[in-house]
Amino acid sequence: MSIDLKTREIKPLRHTYTHVARLIGGDKPATRYQETLGAQPSANFHYRPTWDLEHDLFDPSRSKIRMDQWDDLRDPRQFYYATWTMARARQFEAVETNFAFVESHGMLAALPEKIREEALVVLTPLRHVAWGDNMNNSQICATAYGAAFTAPAMLYAMDQLGIAQLLTRFALTLGEAAELERGRDAWLRDPTWQPLRRLLEDSFVITDPLELFVVQDVALDGLLYPLIYEGFVQDKLVPAGGAAVGLLTAFMSEWHEETVRWIDAVLRKLASFSSENATTLSGWAQASIARAKEALAPVAARALGEKAPAVLGDAAESLQRRLAKAGLSV
Amino acid sequence: MSNVFIALQDTDEARPIIEAILADNPQSQLTHSPAMVKIDVPNRLVIRRERIEEITGLPFDLQRIHVNLISLSGHIEEDDDQFVLSWKR
Amino acid sequence: MDTRVEKKKLSLRERYHLMTRGLGWEPTYQPTEKVFPFTAYEGIKIHDWDKWEDPFRLTMDAYWKYQGEKEKKLYAVIDAFAQNNGFLSLTDARYLNAIKIFIQGVTPLEYYAHRGFAFAGRHFRGEGLRVACQMQSLDELRHTQTELHSISVYNKFFNGFHNPLHWFDRVWYLSVPKSFFEDANSSGPFEFLTAISFSFEYVLTNLLFVPFMSGAAYNGDLSTVTFGFSAQSDESRHMTLGIECIKFMLEQDPDNVPIVQRWIDKWFWRGYRVLTLVGMMMDYMLPKRVMSWREAWEIYGEQNGGALFQDLGRYGIREPAGFRDACDGKDHISHQAWLTFYTYDPVAAFHTWVPSDAELDWLSAKYPESFDRYYRPRLLYLREQQAAGTPVANKNLPLLCNVCQIPMFFTEPGDPRRICYRESVYEGERYHFCSDHCKSIFDHEPEKYVQSWLPVHQIYQGNCFKPGTDPTAPGFDPIKAVLDYYEINNGRDNLWYDNSEDRRNFEAWTAEARGN
Repeated sequence: MSIDLKTREIKPLRHTYTHVARLIGGDKPATRYQETLGAQPSANFHYRPTWDLEHDLFDPSRSKIRMDQWDDLRDPRQFYYATWTMARARQFEAVETNFAFVESHGMLAALPEKIREEALVVLTPLRHVAWGDNMNNSQICATAYGAAFTAPAMLYAMDQLGIAQLLTRFALTLGEAAELERGRDAWLRDPTWQPLRRLLEDSFVITDPLELFVVQDVALDGLLYPLIYEGFVQDKLVPAGGAAVGLLTAFMSEWHEETVRWIDAVLRKLASFSSENATTLSGWAQASIARAKEALAPVAARALGEKAPAVLGDAAESLQRRLAKAGLSV
Repeated sequence: MSNVFIALQDTDEARPIIEAILADNPQSQLTHSPAMVKIDVPNRLVIRRERIEEITGLPFDLQRIHVNLISLSGHIEEDDDQFVLSWKR
Repeated sequence: MDTRVEKKKLSLRERYHLMTRGLGWEPTYQPTEKVFPFTAYEGIKIHDWDKWEDPFRLTMDAYWKYQGEKEKKLYAVIDAFAQNNGFLSLTDARYLNAIKIFIQGVTPLEYYAHRGFAFAGRHFRGEGLRVACQMQSLDELRHTQTELHSISVYNKFFNGFHNPLHWFDRVWYLSVPKSFFEDANSSGPFEFLTAISFSFEYVLTNLLFVPFMSGAAYNGDLSTVTFGFSAQSDESRHMTLGIECIKFMLEQDPDNVPIVQRWIDKWFWRGYRVLTLVGMMMDYMLPKRVMSWREAWEIYGEQNGGALFQDLGRYGIREPAGFRDACDGKDHISHQAWLTFYTYDPVAAFHTWVPSDAELDWLSAKYPESFDRYYRPRLLYLREQQAAGTPVANKNLPLLCNVCQIPMFFTEPGDPRRICYRESVYEGERYHFCSDHCKSIFDHEPEKYVQSWLPVHQIYQGNCFKPGTDPTAPGFDPIKAVLDYYEINNGRDNLWYDNSEDRRNFEAWTAEARGN
């Protein structure tokens, strides 16, 4: 037996907003994601920012990169605030479960001391890297052009805050508050970390938001996440008795895999728009991958010993292949 | 002396919170509007986690208040056990 | 084998400190002034960022958890409303013109706030403040998107909703909120927080939210009410950021006090001027009225504001310079605005009308000092002309105040029969203002306000025609050409309610819904 519910059908005058219709090929029902496109004011600005008298409030010329329609930089994940928030809430329920499991099943006590120490030494300072990442993505959101690209940048920034806090909790779980001081001290003074810190501080003064996107999201995160969470945690610590570490940091790999889809879609769109874009992006990518590789080398060495160059090399090659698919030549 | 207030959605979920506030703040004045409950208290309003847990019989994370909160006034002090609104800093 | 000493349990405050304060560091490879180039140029002095008290201590996992729950609940209601043609339960379709003002004039401001807080979230020194700003940037993105979504159902069935962003950037009355928020976004981070977090989201917020959300509740708009309550809880966090920020600046250095005072004066006045549109909405656009603008002003402006500035007195802050004049205006501004919008309805993307006799009587009762004397006769004249088939439409364009960009219909404080005119000369050019306070704002930063894109000036300069328009062609109609540039559908989005498609459709659909 089927039930046929009748609700009154009133014929609509139109399906969606005009500004959305222009972006999706005509007046048809728009998905909620599509409804978020084109939300940025774009003309007739009143006052130049006192913090940047050379540009309008929203100004595509802050970047060397050119686009006709910046809202074409779509997010294949189709994240808008609601779906992103609910997805992260679900993921962090799993994080919570994992922490509870590790704590209540004696996995911490069972963690070999050597593994615990290595995990803390390598992972704790990364909370500062995540903070720098948060700063850069806030900057991209503030100064890039178009709602389609800037909204995911802010989501990325807050994901990084979430990761920084997760790493903080990780350190507090494996150790005491003093571990955070130790990690901070290493970040500020230990030679292992200085090239990476210098790279990050140099990134803080980049003014082209697309260049910053390449330096931080494409190059640094493109190497850091595979190196640390696959190369170090998954491939080294977990088989050696560090399953707890794998559980507690599982979010990071998941996040990276998901976010790469957004990054690559943006690059593909930008590179295919013009050969100038492709050339500029490729140049930035080449330089920043080389630099990130160099900066990560001592960290990799500390984490992986003699295996470091091979693992880091693999990660770089993987990244280069990824970017080639997106239309860059690195 | 000025009132502090908290306004919450008038839902099942918020009910234990509202009851807890009324129990721990004897000078509360409650006002009902469509879908909203507002509680005014002279100078200081306290919400205690333990009181809510007594009412529901379940553990309660005080930060859950955010889900049903509509508005508030006063300076906020929060810790794991209580959430206080007051006019003195 | 590991015997571990029982871990010291951290308090919420301690844990939160480790989760935020501990993340940042003082750069050494780049000069601090290059990494944070905007912290000093406004003249605000901060000596000790450690004194910053985080108003709410939400870590990201808690943020996601609670906001995620709020989103689920909210979208369920919005979708139910849409699926069931909830708009058929509205009191009548005149109400929708209030929501047109909202989507055209308020929703884009949420977007500006999202971007402005992203900027503040990067460029302050203190980590706690940066995190609070960043969470606010997310919240404002939330508001932008949920407003666009919850109002999208009205766009399907009614006019005046379909092109809000295009209108926002061009249409004359929308340069009022546009210039207001751009003034904030183009200022430095400390002024931005004073303007938005404090003046707008603490001092004036109830004057925006209560009218719209209560208006929605009283008029059968479940979608907007639900959004309003859900957004207000975010506003609680925003309000506490605002008050914390003001106190922090005032406590850090006495030299900050005069700077903050000037900002409070400026932003109270600019915010108050934008609220003219809200006052007009409350008094004229709600078939079922909540309260008058005058009443709302007395509760939320005079009482609440009075208590607040009493409290801030201990820092040497006094009430805003325009406060008395704002109080004087409570009997007048909504009527003056409605009369103007009525006569310019041919070029506005929403409908106006003359209130019914019952509504005129309500206005008389709410405004015993002013309505019958100054405004009822004019409304009756409009009604008479409309009935005769010659509705009063002003074919000239009004002089706009250079700062607030509202047409110059405001009257002298204390004398509602005289338009208030003020002016300044700057570098050989004359600039016009609606009040002492807009003039004072200009005089302090003329190099900023001379940049204003004033819609009326721009029309007269020929900048408001679509490319390819020939003003010398025979039969050229400038108003039609401007409507074309605005992308206002002539005859559908504009003109008075009585002959509108909105009215015809609403009456037909509700008759059908209730009949057999």
